Amino acid sequence: MDIKKILKEKWPYLFLLLVAFAVPVLVSSRYVFQVIVISVVWSVAALSLNLVLGYTGLASLAHAGFFGIGAYGVALLTRGGMSFWLALPLSALLATVVGLFIAMPALRTRESYFAISTLCFGVIIYIVAGNWLSLTGGHTGIIGIPRVTPIRLPFLTIEFTSLTSQYYLVLVLLLLTLFVMHRLVYSLQGLTFMSIRNNEVLAEAVGINAFSTKLLSFCIANFIVALAGGVYAPLMGSISPTVTMHILTFNWLVFTLLGGVATLAGPIIGAFAITVLIESLYFLGEYQLIIFGALLIVVIIYFPRGLMGIYDNLSLKAKDFYQQRRSGFKDVQRIAQSRGSD
Amino acid sequence: MSRRRGRDNCPNLFYNIKRKGCESVQLFLQQVFNGIMIGSTYAIVALGLTLVFGILHVPNFAHGHLYMLGAYVTFFMMKLYGLSFWPALLISMLVLALIGVLVERIVFRPLINQAHITMFISAIGLLMLIENFVIVAWGPRAHRIQNPYPTIVRVFGITMTHQRIIVIAAAVILMVLLQLFIKKTIVGTTIEAVAQDREGALMMGISVNRVAGMTFAISSALAAAAASLVAPIFMISPTMGGLLVMKAMIIIILGGMGSIKGAILGGYILGLVEALGGGYLSAAYKDVFAFGLLIAVLAVKPTGLFGKEK
Repeated sequence: MDIKKILKEKWPYLFLLLVAFAVPVLVSSRYVFQVIVISVVWSVAALSLNLVLGYTGLASLAHAGFFGIGAYGVALLTRGGMSFWLALPLSALLATVVGLFIAMPALRTRESYFAISTLCFGVIIYIVAGNWLSLTGGHTGIIGIPRVTPIRLPFLTIEFTSLTSQYYLVLVLLLLTLFVMHRLVYSLQGLTFMSIRNNEVLAEAVGINAFSTKLLSFCIANFIVALAGGVYAPLMGSISPTVTMHILTFNWLVFTLLGGVATLAGPIIGAFAITVLIESLYFLGEYQLIIFGALLIVVIIYFPRGLMGIYDNLSLKAKDFYQQRRSGFKDVQRIAQSRGSD
Repeated sequence: MSRRRGRDNCPNLFYNIKRKGCESVQLFLQQVFNGIMIGSTYAIVALGLTLVFGILHVPNFAHGHLYMLGAYVTFFMMKLYGLSFWPALLISMLVLALIGVLVERIVFRPLINQAHITMFISAIGLLMLIENFVIVAWGPRAHRIQNPYPTIVRVFGITMTHQRIIVIAAAVILMVLLQLFIKKTIVGTTIEAVAQDREGALMMGISVNRVAGMTFAISSALAAAAASLVAPIFMISPTMGGLLVMKAMIIIILGGMGSIKGAILGGYILGLVEALGGGYLSAAYKDVFAFGLLIAVLAVKPTGLFGKEK
């Protein structure tokens, strides 16, 4: 009974999930597969950015910095011989703690000022990553990061050497993130985040501590993006300070906004759509980023709610259309019946 | 070292101290001079940005890229049309003023009543557009504008080129001209009127859109002037504006939003902090000092030096 209901209402999601798990079978080209794997990692990062930007209304532009801390943390710890499964949460915790210190002064500001101050912190992280030669290897970065440590269970061993297994690793991370986001957004805490976004003064008037709420949102987002960074490092095998660069944050920002800000599906759709768009615009060569920039301006002016906004509009219009047709049909029926009774 | 030996070599020692002291004073003055030179360009760029950011509330993150474009226009005016430095600079200012008007009209005006962050995103789109346009049109590598005044002057042991002195002087002249324009002309006072009260200005019959266009024109022209002035000293490249705009934003926060006085003073402070920090502490972390300064300001006085309490 219950399952039937779920099947009836949620079948598109189940179908998508099925497709997601079947990707290694469906995609034969190694190149396309790699693009998909990266898109999944970007989706996780964009989702976490969406929590601070979309739901809490804080444009945190140091996001790539925390991604970088996660990546560097895992790279250095696993190269030092630590297991990936211990290094990952440790690095994410490190990023969260760093974020806590950054948030203290940065959260004193609002709107664009917050964006600028976090951007500056992001640049500091980038400069430190590029200049702390003894730890980070400077601008050449770290090479030879070990692959993800295999999970040894009594009856089977899961290795992460093939691309397929790595795909499932990032997919599980994405699903976990999505699950956490879903639980969070539809909880009282999620409502608190949104109340801060919509009207901070009013939120404080009803007894919400704006500072600690913003801090919480910021820390959760940093933890998740650092997890994404931690998975990214062994996936690539080598990292350089470019993983902490603000350009990366801008990319996620674009994914989130083009996909649909403050929606759960938006960042994921954006991450996939744009990555595919960039790959398919590859023939344009140098002109690609010019078009990309122009596209960004056009979309933000004409479709401020992104692809999800377009979808919502269209589905609303479709609903209207069908309703009108149905009521029109009923009208005709009524007329016909009244004619018949005459 | 025993006392006696110290006393024995007294004259020599004094001479040493004097010479060492003199050298360190010279070094210090040299850093200060360089800091002021860099600070003047920061001040002009921040001045332009504070007009659009503080007064029109447009977080124009592409300001640094307009600056870069200004340097390129000057470079090509000199290289292709064989103009000398000053006419090229003037043309660059005019071209950038025009581009500024267009940018305001096309990129920012449609978003005027939207959330702050949408303008920020729009600006990011614009900077991608400009940067990659320059890369496609003129290549990613850096160019050098021939220095029109390469002669060196030495004052009190400080080495300065004429070009560097010109940068400092030109910056002061530009600031004075702008101040006169805003305070003494009717067209200029409309900018201040919009800054103080947008609705009030509208009711007095001031066209806010025209003021916005004009402000963008002035701001972009100032950026072009700053870029062209320092172009003979540093290289010009498509990425030269990226870090600069962040520094300009820091200066604005440091000086207080919308405050012209604050932008000028903040520019010089940042220039000096960078030059002294880079000279005495660590050259590799030179840019960190600028960003560290911001953290200090935010922690102590988030409204900046001349900012008004909200």
